[in-house]
Amino acid sequence: MEAQAEHVTTGDEASVHVRVWRGDSGGGQWHIYRVPVRRNQTVLDVVTWIQQNPAPDLAYRFACRVGVCGSCAMTVNGEPRWTCRTHVNRVLRDGQLSIAPLRNLPVVRDLVCDMTPFFDRWSEAGGGFVPGIDRHRPLPAIAPDTLARRAADAAIECINCAVCYAACDVVAWKRDFLGPAALNRAWSLVNDERDRGNRERLRAVSGDAGCHNCHSQQNCTQYCPNLLDPAGSIAGLKRTVMRAVLKGEF
Amino acid sequence: MIAPHRRHGLWLAFIVHRLSGIALALFLPVHFWVLSLALTDPAALDGFLQWTHRPLVRIAEMGLVFLLSVHLFGGLRLMALEWLPWSARQKTMAALATAGSVFMALWFLLSGYRMA
Ligand code: SF4
Ligand code: SF4
Ligand code: FES
Repeated sequence: MEAQAEHVTTGDEASVHVRVWRGDSGGGQWHIYRVPVRRNQTVLDVVTWIQQNPAPDLAYRFACRVGVCGSCAMTVNGEPRWTCRTHVNRVLRDGQLSIAPLRNLPVVRDLVCDMTPFFDRWSEAGGGFVPGIDRHRPLPAIAPDTLARRAADAAIECINCAVCYAACDVVAWKRDFLGPAALNRAWSLVNDERDRGNRERLRAVSGDAGCHNCHSQQNCTQYCPNLLDPAGSIAGLKRTVMRAVLKGEF
Repeated sequence: MIAPHRRHGLWLAFIVHRLSGIALALFLPVHFWVLSLALTDPAALDGFLQWTHRPLVRIAEMGLVFLLSVHLFGGLRLMALEWLPWSARQKTMAALATAGSVFMALWFLLSGYRMA
């Protein structure tokens, strides 16, 4: 709120000084825009204003505008955020805003990243559900209060925004690391009693690119906009893998 | 400068653990070499021990004790994190590990004064 007072004014209208990274995979540079201040303005509102006014060719992604689709994540003042639910006055620093594409993903153009590697990690981690029964048999009932069910619940609300993937230093250091979101997904399936893919999945998450690369810095948990705890999921995978090894199941 | 996404307790706990590990790896060979003087050159060892009673050296040693305990407590936290049922209170754990280490370091310094 205090930061609001520091807005630069152009004429009578208060405005924010916004730096937007523009370019493509070959490189780019910062462009400066002055964006009028609105009440309850989100970072996505700022980007949209820029696109609708001074820069119609600005590329960016969004769909739902309400924190459901996971497509609007960008780097805001150096931190990964879902922009549709990030209010400008909460992230302004000295009245300024810098907006760049997510870290750790190849840039397509301006604020748009290629999400392919992110989703590749997802399937490499055994993120697909492996059914154990066919349609002719009834689904087994799963009690809501079992330990496994609660663990799956805690991990399941991921919106695939890649904020955690961009926040993770280990992803930056080791490009094939499966990363927090894919491992969090694997953990929700490890706890899904209907799933039959765990042997392969545990092998996948404990491989060279797997959960043991995680240094528990917890940038992922720190930044997940849905308040998930991928670091906790990864610790769960480590324990499960260790138990499987001790039992000779590997 | 530390990048914005790294300015939180658990990232700092990570880097402190790494750096204290490296510092201890460098310190230990020197430490063993000094201990070996007891066999090879006792007079030199005595001289060295006298030197360590100087206040500045004593304070530097306090730093070493801090590194040792922060690496020890931090390591225990990591082992608990990986082996015990998950606790979301990792920041509290890291803070406790740091507080414990500061305590150990101060205790070392003060006990030195008592001895002197
Ligand atoms: S806890 Fe692990 S996965 Fe999460 S940001 Fe840190 S290193 Fe990456
Ligand atoms: S775990 Fe959280 S930060 Fe990561 S992709 Fe899912 S919702 Fe986004
Ligand atoms: S636009 Fe859908 S989550 Fe932000």
